[in-house]
Amino acid sequence: MAFVSSGYNLDKPMENRITDIGPRKYDEFYPPVIAKNKGKWKYHEILEPGVLVHVAESGDEIFTVRAGGCRLMSVTHIREICEIADKYCGGHLRFTTRNNIEFMTDSKDAAMALKKDLESRKFPGGSYKFPVGGTGAGITNIVHTQGWIHCHTPATDASGPVKATMDVLFDEFKDHRLPAHLRVSLACCLNMCGAVHCSDIAILGYHRKPPLLDHEYLDKMCEIPLAIAACPTAAIKPSKVEIDGQKVNSVAVKEERCMFCGNCYTMCPSMPLADTEGDGIVIMAGGKVSNRISEPKFSKVVVAFIPNEAPRWPQTTATIKKMVDAYSKDANKYERLGEWAERIGWERFFEKCELEFTHHLIDDFRDPAYLTWRQTSQFKF
Amino acid sequence: MAKHETPLLDQLESGPWPSFVSDLKQEAEFRAKNEENIEYQIPQDVVEDLLGVLELSFKHGRTHWKHGGIVGVFGYGGGVIGRYCDQPEKFPGVAHFHTMRVSQPAGKFYTTKYLREICDLWARRGSGITNMHGSTGDIIFLGTTTPQLEEIFWELTHNLNQDLGGSGSNLRTPSDCIGQARCEFACYDTQAICHGLTVEYQDELHRPAFPYKFKFKFDGCPNCCVASIARADLSFIGTWRDEIPIDQEAVQAYIGGEIPPNAGAHSGRDWGPFDIQKEVIDNCPTDCMWMEDNKLMIDNKECNRCMHCINVMPRALRIGNDRGCTILAGAKAPILDGAQMGSLIVPFIKVEEPYDEIKETVIEPIWDWWMEEGKNRERLGELMKRQGFKKLLEVTGFKPDPRMVSEPRTNPYIFWNEDEVEGGFKRDINEFRKHHQR
Repeated sequence: MAFVSSGYNLDKPMENRITDIGPRKYDEFYPPVIAKNKGKWKYHEILEPGVLVHVAESGDEIFTVRAGGCRLMSVTHIREICEIADKYCGGHLRFTTRNNIEFMTDSKDAAMALKKDLESRKFPGGSYKFPVGGTGAGITNIVHTQGWIHCHTPATDASGPVKATMDVLFDEFKDHRLPAHLRVSLACCLNMCGAVHCSDIAILGYHRKPPLLDHEYLDKMCEIPLAIAACPTAAIKPSKVEIDGQKVNSVAVKEERCMFCGNCYTMCPSMPLADTEGDGIVIMAGGKVSNRISEPKFSKVVVAFIPNEAPRWPQTTATIKKMVDAYSKDANKYERLGEWAERIGWERFFEKCELEFTHHLIDDFRDPAYLTWRQTSQFKF
Repeated sequence: MAKHETPLLDQLESGPWPSFVSDLKQEAEFRAKNEENIEYQIPQDVVEDLLGVLELSFKHGRTHWKHGGIVGVFGYGGGVIGRYCDQPEKFPGVAHFHTMRVSQPAGKFYTTKYLREICDLWARRGSGITNMHGSTGDIIFLGTTTPQLEEIFWELTHNLNQDLGGSGSNLRTPSDCIGQARCEFACYDTQAICHGLTVEYQDELHRPAFPYKFKFKFDGCPNCCVASIARADLSFIGTWRDEIPIDQEAVQAYIGGEIPPNAGAHSGRDWGPFDIQKEVIDNCPTDCMWMEDNKLMIDNKECNRCMHCINVMPRALRIGNDRGCTILAGAKAPILDGAQMGSLIVPFIKVEEPYDEIKETVIEPIWDWWMEEGKNRERLGELMKRQGFKKLLEVTGFKPDPRMVSEPRTNPYIFWNEDEVEGGFKRDINEFRKHHQR
C-alpha cells in the first residue's frame, strides 16, 4: 500500500490550491430531453407503480423508472447503476430527495425493458438490488440517518431498522392502494438529521438513561461550562469529585430533570448515554410537509418506547404495519395519516391502531404542552 | 472467507428490500480480490472491519464510534467530519473513518461518466462506501484516514471540478426539488437559484462564522417534496398570485373517466368512478370551487394554492403564470427547544437571477441579525422565538401582514416601543403628584 500523491504538496498547502468552486453545475448532467423541455412540461402520469411519463408542450415524452435504493451504497453498486444507465438511458440518471434512483428514457418500450432488467437483478442473499416502485398512493423509500454504521450519538441503528421495515412494507412500495402517499422516516437520535418530525410515520432512536460521568477524564476532555450550557433543562451543574485522594473538577446531573437528549454528550465525550436496555425506538405519527388540503403538521408520539431488537426489530415493524393497515382500511381517498387521525379523533386512532395510551404520550415539555391537552367537552366514547 | 463472523447482520440479507449488508459484502469482496490492481490508499479490508464493528453494535445495542476530532482540509472549517472507532485494536481498518461531504449538483442529476470518476477516486482513497445521499443532500464519502483528506480534496478540485459541502456552524449545502427540470408544478427554477446561491455563498459554506448551522431549501411548489418548510432556516416555496388556468375539456375527460385522477396515483384500488364534487370541490380547504353549467369554476382570489385540485387533475388545471415564491424562516428539528415549522416572512417575491432582492432584503439582513444576536448553537428559529417576530420585521424592514400569522395574539401584552407612545416614557412624578396625592 504505497502512498500515491495526488499532486498536493504538504509543505506548501496553498500552492496551486483550488477552493470555493462549489458543486458541478446541474445542467451539465441533464439528459437531452430534459435540457430541451425544462420549464415546459405539460403534465405527467404514473403508468404503473414506479413508472412515470412526463409530457412536454413540445410533445416530447420522458419515461422514468424509479427504483428503491439503500442510501448506504458501495461504489460497486453505483457502478452497476452506471452500467444500467449506459445501456438504457444514454448515460444519465438522477436520485430523488428520498434516496430513490430514477432512470429516464424517451420510449415506453425501453422503460419496460429497463424495468424488467432492474427487477431481475438480485443480491446473493435474495434481496432485490433495484425494486421498482415508490410512486403514488403507496410507501416510498424511508429517508434515514447513519445509526451504528457511522455516528457517535445514535440510540438505534438506521440501515438495519430501515431494511427490516421496508421488508414488511414492501407490498405498499410496489402498489398504489393506500388512501394517499405515506412517508416513513427514521432518525437514530433526536438530533434528527433525518428531520423525521413531519413524517406520516417516524421511527426515532431515543435514550432513556442519563449520561454516565467519566469523572477522571471529564475536565481533561471537555470544556465544563460548555457541557453545562448545552443542557436544555439546566440539569447539569459543576461539581468536585474525589478520585484517588485528589479533588478533580467535574459535573453532577440532576437525573429527574434529564430529558436524555444527548446534547451534553455532543459537547463532552465524557458523558456517554448509550445503553443496551435504555436505548430504543419511539414511534411518531401523523406529520406531513405538504401544504395540500391541510397545513403541514408535526408528527406526534404514539408509542413511547420499543426496545432495540437487532437484527430485525420485530416489535417496531409490527407496530408500523398495524398502523399502516388501520389507516389503509379506514381513511378516505386523498386523506393523509395525520388528517385521518384528526378527523376520527386521536382517541379513535389509538383504538383502531390497537395502541396503548400511556402517560408518556401527554406533553409536559414547556409552553405548547398544555395546548395539546383536551380543552373541550367534545370527545368520543 | 469473511474476516469477521456476522451472524446478526447476515439475517438482513434475506427479504425483498435491497440489503445494505449484501452490498457491503460485495464491496469487501471486490477489494479483497482487487482484480483491477487498485493501489488502495487506506486498508484494503476496511469494509470487512466496518461489517465487524457494525455486527458488534448489533450485539451490544450501542454504537462503537467516537466523537470526531478536529480534522479537515486546509482553510475550510466544514465538509469533513472526523470519526474514530472505539475498538481500534479489533477493527484497525476503521480506526480512522472520517466522513467527507461532497457538494451535490442541484436536482441530483448525474452522468455515469461523473459518477464513475467519483467511484474511482473513492475506491482508491477511501472505503468505497457512500451515502447517495446524506440527509441534507450531499454525496457522502463514508470513511477515510486523515492523510487522505487533502489528497481527496486535491483530486476533487483539480480533476473533477468538484468542491466539498458544508458541516458545522456553516451554511449547509443547499438542496432543491426536481423543479422545472421535469415537473409541471414548479413555480420557479429551483436548480438555478439553489446552484446560484451555493456558489455565491461559498465562503459562508466553508468557513464557520455562524452561531450554528443554516439551511436553505428550495421547493418548486407547495407540495414541498424537499421538506423545506420543516427543515430549512430559510424555505423557498414556489407559488403564484394570478388565476389557475382551466382546460374545461380536460375537466370533462376526468369526469368522464377518460383520464385517471391524480395522474394514476390511486390505481391500486377500486375507489369507484371519479367524483369531482367529492374528490376535488369538497376537499378544497377554502371552498372556492364549484360547478356551473357543467364547467368548473374557481374563485381565484379566495384560493390559498394548496395544490390539491391541481394534483388531482394535472391535465385540466395548471399553476398560475405570475409566479414567484413564498419565504418562511426558522424551521428546525426538535433539538433543543422542540421542533419548529418555518414561519412566513415574505408572502411573495419574484425569483429572478441574480436574486439580488432575495439576497439583499431577506438573506443578508437575517444573517446580520443572527450573527450579531444569536447565541452559540442557537438556530434562527430559536432566536426568532427568543427575540420575537417583531425583531425579525425590524431587521428585514418588512411590513407586518396578516399573512404572517395564523391568528392575531390572544393576550394583550404588547411590548410597545417608546416612540410609538405619544410623549414617550419619561414623565415627571412631581407634576403627576400635583393632581394625585400620595
